[in-house]
Amino acid sequence: MKLLLIAESREGKLLGGSYELMAFAKVLGAETAMFLVGSEAALPKYDGKLYLADVAEAKEYNPDAHKALILDVVAKENPDCVVFCHSSYGWDLAPRLAFALKAAQISEVVGVDNGTMVVPVCNAKLRRDVKVGTEKTVITLQSGAFALTEEPTGSPAVEKITGATDAKIEFTGYEQAAAGGVDLGKAQVIVSAGRGIGKPENVAMVADLAKALGGEYGASRPVVDSEWVEHNRQVGTTGQTVAPKLYVACGISGAIQHLAGMKKSEFIVAINTDKDAPIGEVADVLVVSDLKQFVPILTEKIKSL
Amino acid sequence: MKILVCIKQVPDMESKFKIDERGTWYAKTDLAWRMNEYDEYAVEQAVQLKEQVKEGDITVLCIGSDQVKETMKKALAMGCDRGAHILDEDVSTKEPYMIAGVIAEYARDKGFDLIFTGMQSQDRGSGQVGLLVGEMLGISGVSTVVEFSYADGMVEAKRELEGGVKACLKVATPVVITCQLGLNTPRYPTLPNIMKAKKKELLTTNIAELLKVDARQETLKMYFPEKKGGGQVLEGDAADLADQLIKILKDKTGVLA
Ligand SMILES: Cc1cc2nc3c(=O)[nH]c(=O)nc-3n(C[C@H](O)[C@H](O)[C@H](O)COP(=O)(O)OP(=O)(O)OC[C@H]3O[C@@H](n4cnc5c(N)ncnc54)[C@H](O)[C@@H]3O)c2cc1C
Ligand SMILES: Nc1ncnc2c1ncn2[C@@H]1O[C@H](COP(=O)(O)O)[C@@H](O)[C@H]1O
Repeated sequence: MKLLLIAESREGKLLGGSYELMAFAKVLGAETAMFLVGSEAALPKYDGKLYLADVAEAKEYNPDAHKALILDVVAKENPDCVVFCHSSYGWDLAPRLAFALKAAQISEVVGVDNGTMVVPVCNAKLRRDVKVGTEKTVITLQSGAFALTEEPTGSPAVEKITGATDAKIEFTGYEQAAAGGVDLGKAQVIVSAGRGIGKPENVAMVADLAKALGGEYGASRPVVDSEWVEHNRQVGTTGQTVAPKLYVACGISGAIQHLAGMKKSEFIVAINTDKDAPIGEVADVLVVSDLKQFVPILTEKIKSL
Repeated sequence: MKILVCIKQVPDMESKFKIDERGTWYAKTDLAWRMNEYDEYAVEQAVQLKEQVKEGDITVLCIGSDQVKETMKKALAMGCDRGAHILDEDVSTKEPYMIAGVIAEYARDKGFDLIFTGMQSQDRGSGQVGLLVGEMLGISGVSTVVEFSYADGMVEAKRELEGGVKACLKVATPVVITCQLGLNTPRYPTLPNIMKAKKKELLTTNIAELLKVDARQETLKMYFPEKKGGGQVLEGDAADLADQLIKILKDKTGVLA
């Protein structure tokens, strides 16, 4: 079994997900080679062969060029499987590569069981085992599903590669998230509002509880997308990553992208009407209750302590 | 301008799921069905684009049983012009490559300038279909779009990356755009538009006519993940629950000390 691992870098930095690819290879006991569009100034700690394309030429987003470069490496290395992170880079490139290789693609792998891949279904409420029928496979790994148990070491044997850089899609630069406002990272207690709050007026209820607990309030993405709460309070992969002493999730189902932003909190309380909500997987306490009834009562009781 | 929007009908994620008899998917009974959340943004963007360019024709396509027509009617009421229903009684057995194959087969030679899909479906969540359609048709594809604008055959879009950073880009039509949450604010169909939608074309084609590719993967088994079980579950009267929770917070965390 041989894997081609597709590492990632952004704005000159190697992304951590690159090490999760190595962790996955370790689980499989597979031989590996690695590919990176990046620079020699930010190489992964990796004992193996690294095919390096210069980011100054290939650009950070140019899927056609990156696909062509990876195809050249596939021709040299003949891997059984090409492995990406299930990230904005990986899920964008993987289907293009799978199509070119006539390969099956399995997205968001969370485990391997006897050669079959395990993937989540329905917001992680269910799982399924998948078997492929093609010679080659392209897979993307769910962020955090595989982690190295030891600090990575080593330095790669770099082979520089170049290729055509024409771009049908012209990448014109990054727009950074608006800075300022609250820094949730400093709060000891965060109480977050999810779509379960039902209407914008109920943000106040969550903010009141946060205040009674001496903390800040946050929100899940739909609440931010609906403009009920500003973006700098969003918790999750496309918002902030937090690890307070206490995190209270009110009406939040526990999608992987939300969990990624808060699961390292010391103590997690979830308030949800759905006893099977995936947030239960990380919660120390799951209160099965209607938040509109429960939260104001809790806040009053805390205030009168 | 010719626009195609692909939508999927999915169960409400708060449903109580059961495994079906074959053991390879969830049972389709006793579920509330709706439009895949990501596809609502796709429909809205298509309708906004038509409103902007003031001429155009939007086809909404959905592969599934007769039941999916309900969801297609919502898209028609939001402003799509016609529906292409691809009848498949067993759509859950079709993996993304086959779904994309059917969509590409339908779209080939129809000259769509823009194809909108969701970035992923809420149930299967492969995030593959839109980009695969682009590859199959040999046109550009951009995934995870949170900002979209169009002028004179050029699309300017922003892709959302981790941490809230966005990548800005330009691409010429024809192009496939996969829509991410927050791209726009999907409208609610008004009553007059719901009535009008009833008269819009909604043609059904059997999937056999469009399915020209073979499966590349297979689901062997579907199951509930093992509960890691750590957490305590509290149920009962709200006031009692509040007292119990306060006690736990006092015992286990420093915050109420
Ligand atoms: C690339 C990508 C990036 C993303 N980034 C983020 C991110 O950074 N942060 C983020 O949060 N999401 C993110 N998402 C979205 C994520 O997948 C989920 O859609 C989102 O987290 C769901 O938010 P929610 O839990 O509030 O809503 P839902 O999933 O709709 O859940 C609502 C919950 O409220 C419960 N509920 C309903 N009524 C009540 C009531 N009265 N009382 C108590 N409980 C109730 C329901 O049982 C349900 O569990 C991202 C998605 C993608 C694809
Ligand atoms: N059965 C279907 N009918 C029409 N479009 C679909 C279907 N399944 C998936 N799609 C489209 O493909 C997108 C991505 O789905 P997926 O690759 O399954 O995550 C969805 O958001 C839809 O736009």
